Amino acid sequence: MTTNKRGFAQEVWDFFCSLKLSIFLLIGLALVSIIGTVIPQGPQREYLATLSETKIKLYSSLGFFDMYHSWWFILLLYLLTLNLICCSIKRLPRVWKVVSEPVKVMDDNFEKSLSNVKEFKLKGSKEELKDRMVSFLKAEFAEPVITEQGGEYHLFAQKHPWCRLGVYVVHLSIIIVFIGALVGSFFGYKAYVNIPEGGSVSQVQTNSGKVIDLGFDVRCEKFSVSFYDTGAPKEFKSILSVTDKGQPVPGLQHVPIIVNDPLTYKGITFYQSSYGQSDEGVSYYLTVRNRNGGQPVKLKARQGERLALPGGAFVSVMEATMDVRPFMRGFDGPGAQVEFTPAGGNPQPFVILSDKYESFNAQHGGDLVLTFDGMDQKFFTGLQVAKDPGVWVVWLGCFLMVVGICMAFFMSHKRVWARVSDAGVTLGGSASKNPTGFEIAFDELVEKLNKL
Amino acid sequence: MSSSSLFNVTMIVYMVSTCIFFAFLASRNKTVGALGTYAALFGFAVQTAAIGMRWKESYDMGHGHAPLSNLFESVVFFSWTIVMIFLLIDFKYKYRAIGFFVMPFALFGMAWAQLSLDSNIEPLVPALQSNWLVYHVITCFLGYAAFAVACGISIMYLIRERMEQGGGNAQAGGLLSMFPSIKILDDLNYKAIMIGFPLLTLGIVTGAAWANYAWGTYWSWDPKETWSLIVWFVYAAFLHARITRGWVGRRAAILSVIGFAATIFCYLGVNLFLSGLHSYGK
Repeated sequence: MTTNKRGFAQEVWDFFCSLKLSIFLLIGLALVSIIGTVIPQGPQREYLATLSETKIKLYSSLGFFDMYHSWWFILLLYLLTLNLICCSIKRLPRVWKVVSEPVKVMDDNFEKSLSNVKEFKLKGSKEELKDRMVSFLKAEFAEPVITEQGGEYHLFAQKHPWCRLGVYVVHLSIIIVFIGALVGSFFGYKAYVNIPEGGSVSQVQTNSGKVIDLGFDVRCEKFSVSFYDTGAPKEFKSILSVTDKGQPVPGLQHVPIIVNDPLTYKGITFYQSSYGQSDEGVSYYLTVRNRNGGQPVKLKARQGERLALPGGAFVSVMEATMDVRPFMRGFDGPGAQVEFTPAGGNPQPFVILSDKYESFNAQHGGDLVLTFDGMDQKFFTGLQVAKDPGVWVVWLGCFLMVVGICMAFFMSHKRVWARVSDAGVTLGGSASKNPTGFEIAFDELVEKLNKL
Repeated sequence: MSSSSLFNVTMIVYMVSTCIFFAFLASRNKTVGALGTYAALFGFAVQTAAIGMRWKESYDMGHGHAPLSNLFESVVFFSWTIVMIFLLIDFKYKYRAIGFFVMPFALFGMAWAQLSLDSNIEPLVPALQSNWLVYHVITCFLGYAAFAVACGISIMYLIRERMEQGGGNAQAGGLLSMFPSIKILDDLNYKAIMIGFPLLTLGIVTGAAWANYAWGTYWSWDPKETWSLIVWFVYAAFLHARITRGWVGRRAAILSVIGFAATIFCYLGVNLFLSGLHSYGK
């Protein structure tokens, strides 16, 4: 009965240690990950409308709409973690023994297991040969350890023994990355906030809808956006200031924040993410002149305000921009969409531009020619807010992963043994990786020793 | 001389190099094989100059940036990295026949870029204005290129294995003598992936670092990110599979070809078919 139990436990243990499970999980994870790249995650209404009702039911019951957080995907990740922990526990002691307790004596049995062995008939006493071999190995390979046994000297030298641990460093690094991700998800948050120019906030709303007190104030002094000639955006820039308990924080006053250059205070980072025009407090500047002569009149309009024009007409500005390039090919400068109501007529919507395009402006407005001179534009800046105390753990994991991979792939544990007796020297060697490469190095060593 | 005409020269030289490698397989003449490598090396030099010139041209236009920002530039750079990794392996191991299975990837890239992609030099949108662009793109594409070379070697493996099993007629026997042995092809496949895997890992890490710096999220399961992880899983499986006996040789070669197919989908498929952060393909 007990043997049965142990047999079952042993089987479970072997199952979780097995390399087949690793390969199955890695390929399985690769395959199921594809689902989430084909089905949009956290889908929009437009996508859902393209699906039949049964499909929607099926997909949501399988968790396909938030696949990477579904219980079965997380389970696969946990299984992979368990697998690599078990695997490492099983193999590490053996590898550790090779690293920490090297075989220092090359006896006959061990010699047979080596693929690189060479015997030399050398003149001189055992002691003389030993000293020569020690200085030779020290110069050409690595400092040897000397063991005296059975009337012979055994020399052992090695290079990079710890690189055998590389693969376990990689395994550990993956666990560290996971820990970092968990720390981030438990103790951090992602949020979003809009701040109008001149306004400030002390709270943000997380992506899950929770309101969080920052514990300080962030003020948007100014926001600006610039474009290339092609109309493509060039730069979004917010000027931010941080105030803590009513006191301006030194060094964080009027700091420019652009995409790829965030602001961090007390572990909370603000990223330039989006922007928009703030509707409040905008003033539009227009010029009106009569085609038949007379002085042009300068006007100022507020958002939604209906302006009376000379001759009984009205105009109101619907929307406006300081740069029409993204919207109208071949034009630049300020532009406005206006609703013009001629005296006693019906409202006519049209676009007016700056005085650079007077012939364009003259196409509408009856007797009047309207020109848009610009606006006092107010923006709000959209900031992504993130707090992630686990991010440094993740970077540590990434660093270890790269180091571990380099150790595992590019370095080799090379060992050389020499048995010195009165009859001569026997040289043996082995490497944990790239046997052909080591064979060449070993042959070079043999050649140099022959010349000695 | 503009970068564009130099890119044309590059394309022609890569075509010539591919033809010479084919002639090498047919003639079994060592000099011909060496000529193929020299042609590839010359093309590589021309392409290096062309990329440098395009870099300078973008500065002359007033919005200087490394030529790694749109689909045209990335395809050209991919082709450059493939030739670089090929030349490294060629100079180290001198198995010339590999050229015939790798240079076509580089040739195809150049031909596609020159014939049908928009080669205008565009200024960088805000999200791309970062030094991380350079680190991220270089590491990723060097990784992709190593996988391309591994794929070429795996195709050779599969061909050679099939011909050996078929008993081999005289003609096939002649061609076989140009191929490295099955054992060496298996080993080279592993070595190329050994170069590619750390680079892909670095590429993913630099991408994550950049995303964290730009948006505050190092991983958001964006299709591109997910596909890079899929590719990473496939090659991680490949590396683990080698430790168990049953997964060397044919299975390893097939896994390497599948891995490269996933790589290509990660590079192009995601941009062309799926939506996400890396939308430079559109």
